[in-house]
Amino acid sequence: MKHCCFHNLFLAIALALPLLAAAATPDGAALYRQHCAVCHGSDGSGGVGVPLSLPDFLAVASDGYLARTIRKGRPGRVMPAFPGLSDAEIRAIVAHVRGFADVAAPSYGQAPLKGDAARGAKLFARHCAACHGDRGQGGKGTGVTFSRPRGAPVMAPSLANPGFQAAVSDAMLKATLLRGRHGTPMPSIRELGLDPARADDLVAFVRTLRVPPPPPLADDEPHIIRYDSPYDVEQTLEALKQAVIGRNFRVIRVQPLDQGLVPEGQEDGRRIILYFCSFSFLNEALAIDPRVGLFLPCRVTVVETADGVQVMSINPKHLSHLFNNTELDEACERMYRLYNEIMEEATF
Amino acid sequence: MRRWLLIALLLSLPARAADLFMVRSELSFPEAMAVLQESIRARGYQVSRVQRVDIGLTKSGYKTDKYRVVFFGKKDEIEHIADKHIDLIPYVPIKIAIFAEQDNTILLSSSFSHLRPYYRDDDELLAEFDRWEKDLQAILKAVQDAD
Ligand code: HEC
Ligand code: HEC
Repeated sequence: MKHCCFHNLFLAIALALPLLAAAATPDGAALYRQHCAVCHGSDGSGGVGVPLSLPDFLAVASDGYLARTIRKGRPGRVMPAFPGLSDAEIRAIVAHVRGFADVAAPSYGQAPLKGDAARGAKLFARHCAACHGDRGQGGKGTGVTFSRPRGAPVMAPSLANPGFQAAVSDAMLKATLLRGRHGTPMPSIRELGLDPARADDLVAFVRTLRVPPPPPLADDEPHIIRYDSPYDVEQTLEALKQAVIGRNFRVIRVQPLDQGLVPEGQEDGRRIILYFCSFSFLNEALAIDPRVGLFLPCRVTVVETADGVQVMSINPKHLSHLFNNTELDEACERMYRLYNEIMEEATF
Repeated sequence: MRRWLLIALLLSLPARAADLFMVRSELSFPEAMAVLQESIRARGYQVSRVQRVDIGLTKSGYKTDKYRVVFFGKKDEIEHIADKHIDLIPYVPIKIAIFAEQDNTILLSSSFSHLRPYYRDDDELLAEFDRWEKDLQAILKAVQDAD
């Protein structure tokens, strides 16, 4: 008996060890592929996210900066936070990102620099605001942005973002300004014609920049928009089409909810989808975030229930919340109003 | 013995699922599209429609016109939702967006995490969300892993 238990314990350890070992040294490449490659590219060359592989970036980005960026993300600027990754997993991802370029990792002291923020503010307005925004809020769009050629400008990141401010040290900010980032529009301050001695002033000013993180979704925000229609399904659809066309949208398609899932001719006429869109709307949306396909085309569904006909759509504000993109939230606020106008007009 | 295995299992659990499911496939757009539809069917769903959302994109200066939304579902599931959960009708059929990025293809879909708080007491529906999420992730992973 004793022997048998001992044997069991041994077996358990033998079985568990490889698992424990795997948990102790996570696979950075696999984690990067799972969590980061979709936005930053398999090789770190950028996409929806900014490039991570540039030598000028990796030469100034400390391991601590990379780790804090992964942990906290960039609230409202697409880059998600990863609260669920362990410290060991984050270290493994950082090591993998380091491998994108053959440059040594810098290490910085945490001491704040003693520049003159007021002087920095003037320099910022003159030399930096055109790209980074007057309040350091960053350029529009995402990363290298949807389907632009790779050589095209990278959008300027938000310097006022609370995630960036929490991740970056004064010393790393200074190193970034002195070096610039070749392969992106970001110049060194020498290239901007500034005396490198002014770097501390700029750093002091950048430190004062702050935009609040996006507010959380209101608890009572309904996840759909719904109106009762006084008409039957056919009349409601007609009224919806008029309302859509009246706002310069094009009706793309009208189809039963179950079309393509039941044999032709057997679709349920009580549940009909109306799809609509417009070029300008689509272009504007894609420029904000290439992932907006999940909202498109615009859709309103007409449903006949026991209590009468209803028109309904998803609440775009609600869905937008998953994207961590303040610009998209604003666009979805407009889309929310548009849906309401159309449905209200059609059911009046 | 049990405890050891439990500890080992807990340590190897993946991180919490994200709200958006996104993957990059190294396949070209048409190849990724083919694998996507194949793996949707392999999970017992029917593709109800492939919607272009890119008409006119190249004319407006974009370098791609490869952007589609693939809708899919199961006849019985759609009927069940439409009869029992009218509020969820706008969410079905479920969909995956797929677009080209250079030589790669990006695919994404939404989890149901944002809907769960509204249906806290409906175990049956929560199990349905679980199943959809599991299927969506498996479908996307199949495209990510294909080469
Ligand atoms: C949904 C897309 C997305 C995902 C997923 C994502 N990122 Fe990002 N990332 C971005 C965007 C967009 C930015 C730029 C944010 C800004 O404008 O400030 C960014 C910024 C960064 C930065 C700062 C770069 C700089 O120049 O200072 C680092 C580092 C980074 N991401 C690493 C990662 C890592 C590692 C992962 C995986 C654990 C990851 N990201 C996942 C989109 C993403
Ligand atoms: C021509 C446009 C342009 C100008 C002018 C410019 N920047 Fe940038 N800056 C960028 C871009 C684009 C990036 C992102 C580079 C990348 O993707 O790695 C960047 C990156 C940075 C970063 C690193 C941010 C991060 O998330 O890694 C800092 C800090 C910065 N800029 C500060 C400044 C300051 C201060 C000035 C003025 C002295 C300035 N920039 C001028 C375009 C510009």
